[in-house]
Amino acid sequence: MAFEIAGKTYETDEEGYLANLADWNPEVADFMAKEDDCDLTENHWEVINFLREYYEEYQIAPAVRVLTKAIGKRLGKEKGNSKYLYELFPYGPAKQACKYAGLPKPTGCV
Amino acid sequence: MSDAAKKFMYVNRRAPYGTVYALEGLEVVLIGAAFDQDVCMAFIDDGVFQLKKGQDTKDSNMKNFSPTYRALGDYEVTKLYVDKESLEQRGLGEDDLMDLTYEDEDDDYNEKPSIRIVSRDELADLMEQQDVILNY
Repeated sequence: MAFEIAGKTYETDEEGYLANLADWNPEVADFMAKEDDCDLTENHWEVINFLREYYEEYQIAPAVRVLTKAIGKRLGKEKGNSKYLYELFPYGPAKQACKYAGLPKPTGCV
Repeated sequence: MSDAAKKFMYVNRRAPYGTVYALEGLEVVLIGAAFDQDVCMAFIDDGVFQLKKGQDTKDSNMKNFSPTYRALGDYEVTKLYVDKESLEQRGLGEDDLMDLTYEDEDDDYNEKPSIRIVSRDELADLMEQQDVILNY
């Protein structure tokens, strides 16, 4: 599968995750979010950027439990809980946010 | 951790690249860590190379997944037993291994080392205590 933004084609897997991590740019995230009828706010971007940094450092997309804990540590307790993250990413914080961040689908429990 | 938690040991005996065992084994550990079991890992024979510092896979076209071992602490996998004899046979010491740490929730989130160098006898005792042992 693939989609196109401003004349450039982006390959994805069958679930819509970006095939090449290096293709990612913020427009990709905006495009994917619009497809899901979701408008990216600053709060969304905090999580997306965090995931990209996590992947850069550890070469994996974190499981949702690990993501929740790490977000709490980085951005404060009021954001490090499933309720907050599911409100931002109703399709599942790890799954949906990783997709927008251009990462592969998280390993294991999402 | 509940009383029902079983003790799992994942035994790693192979070098990190060349076969897919090390990477697959690591992924199973990360997936299994979600199920609230008491998980530890053992590194024996060429498996000790998995924890070697400064891995560089550029010329082999394989993904360097060694940074992922540093995430194990986040997944509450905090006991990585390394066989002393296997290290010595390969001319390696503790200083050649990555600095892997975890934050101890029961001790004010102090950072503690995850790697524990053990003798063959200690490893045998540890294996004796496990409910499940999986080999990769």
